[in-house]
Amino acid sequence: MLLLTLLAASGGASAGERLHEYVLDNGLKIMVQVDRRAPVVVSQVWYKVGSSYEHDGITGVSHALEHMMFKGAGNLEPGEFSEIIARNGGRENAFTGRNYTAYFQRIHRDKLELCLRLEAERMRGLTLKAAEWAKEKEVIKEERLNRTDDRPSSVTYERFTATAFATSPSRHPIIGWMHDIDAMSVTDLRAWYDAWYAPNNATLVVAGDVDPGEVLRLAKRYFGPLEVRPVARPKPRPEVPQHGRKRVHLRLPAKVPYLVMGYKVPPLLLARRAADAYALELLASILDGADSARLVSNLVRDTQTATDAGASYELYDRLQTLLLLDATPAPDKTLKQVETALLAEVERLRDQPVGEAELARVKTRIIAGEVYSRDSVFYQAMRIGVAETVGVGYATAREYLDGIRAVSAEDVQRVAREYLVEDRLTVATMEPADG
Amino acid sequence: MARTGLGGLCLLALLAAWPLQAGPLIQTWTTANGARVMFYPAPELPMLDIRATFAGGSARDGTQPGVASMTNGLLAEGAAGLDAQQIAERFERAGARFANGAQREMAWVALRTLTGPASLEPALDTFGRVLSRPDFKRDDVERLRLQMLSALDQLEQSASSVAERALYRALYADHPYANPPQGERTSIAALDSGAVRAFYERYYVARNLTLALVGDIDRQAAERIAEGIAAGLRAGGKASELPPAPAPQAGRTVRVPFPSRQSHILIGTIGMRRGDRDYFDLYVANHVFGGSGFASRLLSTIRERHGLAYSAYSYFLPMAERGPFVLGMQTRNAQTDRAIDLALRELEAYLADGASTGELEASQRNITGGFALRIDSNRKLLQQLTTIGFYDLPLDYLDLFNDRITAVSTRSLHQALRTRIDPQSMVTVIVGGDAG
Repeated sequence: MLLLTLLAASGGASAGERLHEYVLDNGLKIMVQVDRRAPVVVSQVWYKVGSSYEHDGITGVSHALEHMMFKGAGNLEPGEFSEIIARNGGRENAFTGRNYTAYFQRIHRDKLELCLRLEAERMRGLTLKAAEWAKEKEVIKEERLNRTDDRPSSVTYERFTATAFATSPSRHPIIGWMHDIDAMSVTDLRAWYDAWYAPNNATLVVAGDVDPGEVLRLAKRYFGPLEVRPVARPKPRPEVPQHGRKRVHLRLPAKVPYLVMGYKVPPLLLARRAADAYALELLASILDGADSARLVSNLVRDTQTATDAGASYELYDRLQTLLLLDATPAPDKTLKQVETALLAEVERLRDQPVGEAELARVKTRIIAGEVYSRDSVFYQAMRIGVAETVGVGYATAREYLDGIRAVSAEDVQRVAREYLVEDRLTVATMEPADG
Repeated sequence: MARTGLGGLCLLALLAAWPLQAGPLIQTWTTANGARVMFYPAPELPMLDIRATFAGGSARDGTQPGVASMTNGLLAEGAAGLDAQQIAERFERAGARFANGAQREMAWVALRTLTGPASLEPALDTFGRVLSRPDFKRDDVERLRLQMLSALDQLEQSASSVAERALYRALYADHPYANPPQGERTSIAALDSGAVRAFYERYYVARNLTLALVGDIDRQAAERIAEGIAAGLRAGGKASELPPAPAPQAGRTVRVPFPSRQSHILIGTIGMRRGDRDYFDLYVANHVFGGSGFASRLLSTIRERHGLAYSAYSYFLPMAERGPFVLGMQTRNAQTDRAIDLALRELEAYLADGASTGELEASQRNITGGFALRIDSNRKLLQQLTTIGFYDLPLDYLDLFNDRITAVSTRSLHQALRTRIDPQSMVTVIVGGDAG
């Protein structure tokens, strides 16, 4: 009831301009979200390729290629792409995930044409010089040391993931294993580029103060001439069934112990019923996402077992994913005590339906969050790009709030009983080692 | 009602596409008991952001490092008889988000809420209680103490955090900016609710408050809300002025052994203040040198030419008194000396010759061309309003920003650089070297 009042008051959480969708003859998908609050535009090109498309021996190749996309293409010298965007008042970068590689610019709306021209140039004409790769390889190795190897909790998470998944490519770190980065050649990068970088494997997302018709005209002009290329579907590489709990223990140079655990769960795309995925989303929000959520409330404040505890779930994923729980034990508590406390929270979700008041509160939080998310044009574009590239489709993503609203206490309990079970669980613990 | 700023008017001209509003955009006034209010009406989304910022960060810790952080952290742990859970649930039921934090200068609490009455009124009510009637109960102090000590452990396993602490200690010695925002172990162990209460009563007062509001409300509602928030606080007095930052000392190298494969390197000296006479020259100077990513000299040398690091950057952190000028990078232990040598040579060459006309123009075009990106969301506007209000910058700061940037010449840039940055004063902090 409160939900209804909130929404009536806020004019409908899913309000906002409608999304404009186009597909060019060469298969490039174009999605335009108008937001006229400021004279700026976010332009993103998303490719359907990421670490979950990779196999052993070339892990990290999607991310490495992302780096090399700034190292010359067509008439552009190494670094020139960035230089041109900077001179025109823009900010730009790129990011690689398990299911996507994306490139973006944030810039004054008058400069959109420039972004599209440059992105089209590197969609097909990448230079990929061995000398540039030799230097960039060292940069990526430094990036890996910085992001992972020198961070105890990141190493723990990386080994945890590689333990949870035996056959699914979700086991690879996005940045790749160090030995694979080391052994990677320009030939590997070229083959990867040729296999996945094509208009028919990409989505252009533009959000901001733009006219959709004008975006389409510009996109046609620059991307239109690019040819369709054969793009293979990634082979199915499902995870083999798990039998019993998996466990991995690490000793690392650290000061604070850490625990991460996860249950294998389906994302929206693979759920037998969409309702299951939305129930998992709500389940994660019951545990985490606000100071009133259960993990902070029970583990951090009430029993003081942990100084920090969290949970998360990836609703939009291409492959089987994990319902993650992690925690840092309080100084006078052990890893074992923290593990027991987290498992007790899971058990409670299985044994008792969540109360109506708590469920309503969590839904209110999520619905309000949808309004707040519209404050960031970048985030709006991001959501569209992820949904499209993972394969969910933005039409489905628009049903998000309906999906959340429909979840009942029984739904949450049902998915907890089905998925939060021993045969889906992996636990990683990290204890500080001396020196 | 002290004054109404007209600063926003020129903003309209700058950003012709900005939706037209009746009246000035940035509005400012003072509440009855002396809090400064900065208001920007943003009617596009049915939401409101409020940020209450006090001059009550770790620079005010005095002999009790950590007291600013603990005071701030305890506000939402219990207030007006509500416990932490009740407070958090009230915000959640209203669909509102509460956030807080304490850095070196600022201690702040923030509220993001929908503007429908079912959200706004209960959210404001809870926010007001947290801000003006904290309980500082003993149990909550004990729990937060444990969390702060654990946070210190975490900090000690992060090479970059260790490096930052070491740099501030080396640059600021016994100046309050040397106080680490997370506090120190022995002092945290000794804090009690009395110390916290005294800190709260000195600094969480109306005359020491900058209240920024951005969102879908009109001026009348903003005045009512601001009055309501401030009325719960004692008038008190503004925090006293901090002592001037120390003059830069002779440079030196501080090595901290650390079990990491990369060394985290920070090279710094004393930089500039908010409202500094050289602010725009130094801002652009840094942009050319290390503040503009791939376009900057530092990243281009360290990463693009030599492949030594993933990230290499520099920045000025202007504060009420002179904050630091910092160069940072991380590289494999074995390459540390080479990277430092290259970075210092790059800096010395820059100090000697300044920027070329081409570099200056490229930076000016990036900064002015990207101006709209600084204010393209309510969240960013809230940040801008807070900065302008807290540091008492002129109300036309944003309006004139691009003009000031454009006015920088290669000559004025070089002059400012040379007089303000002494290469002999650079302190080099190296954290790492103890693993592979």
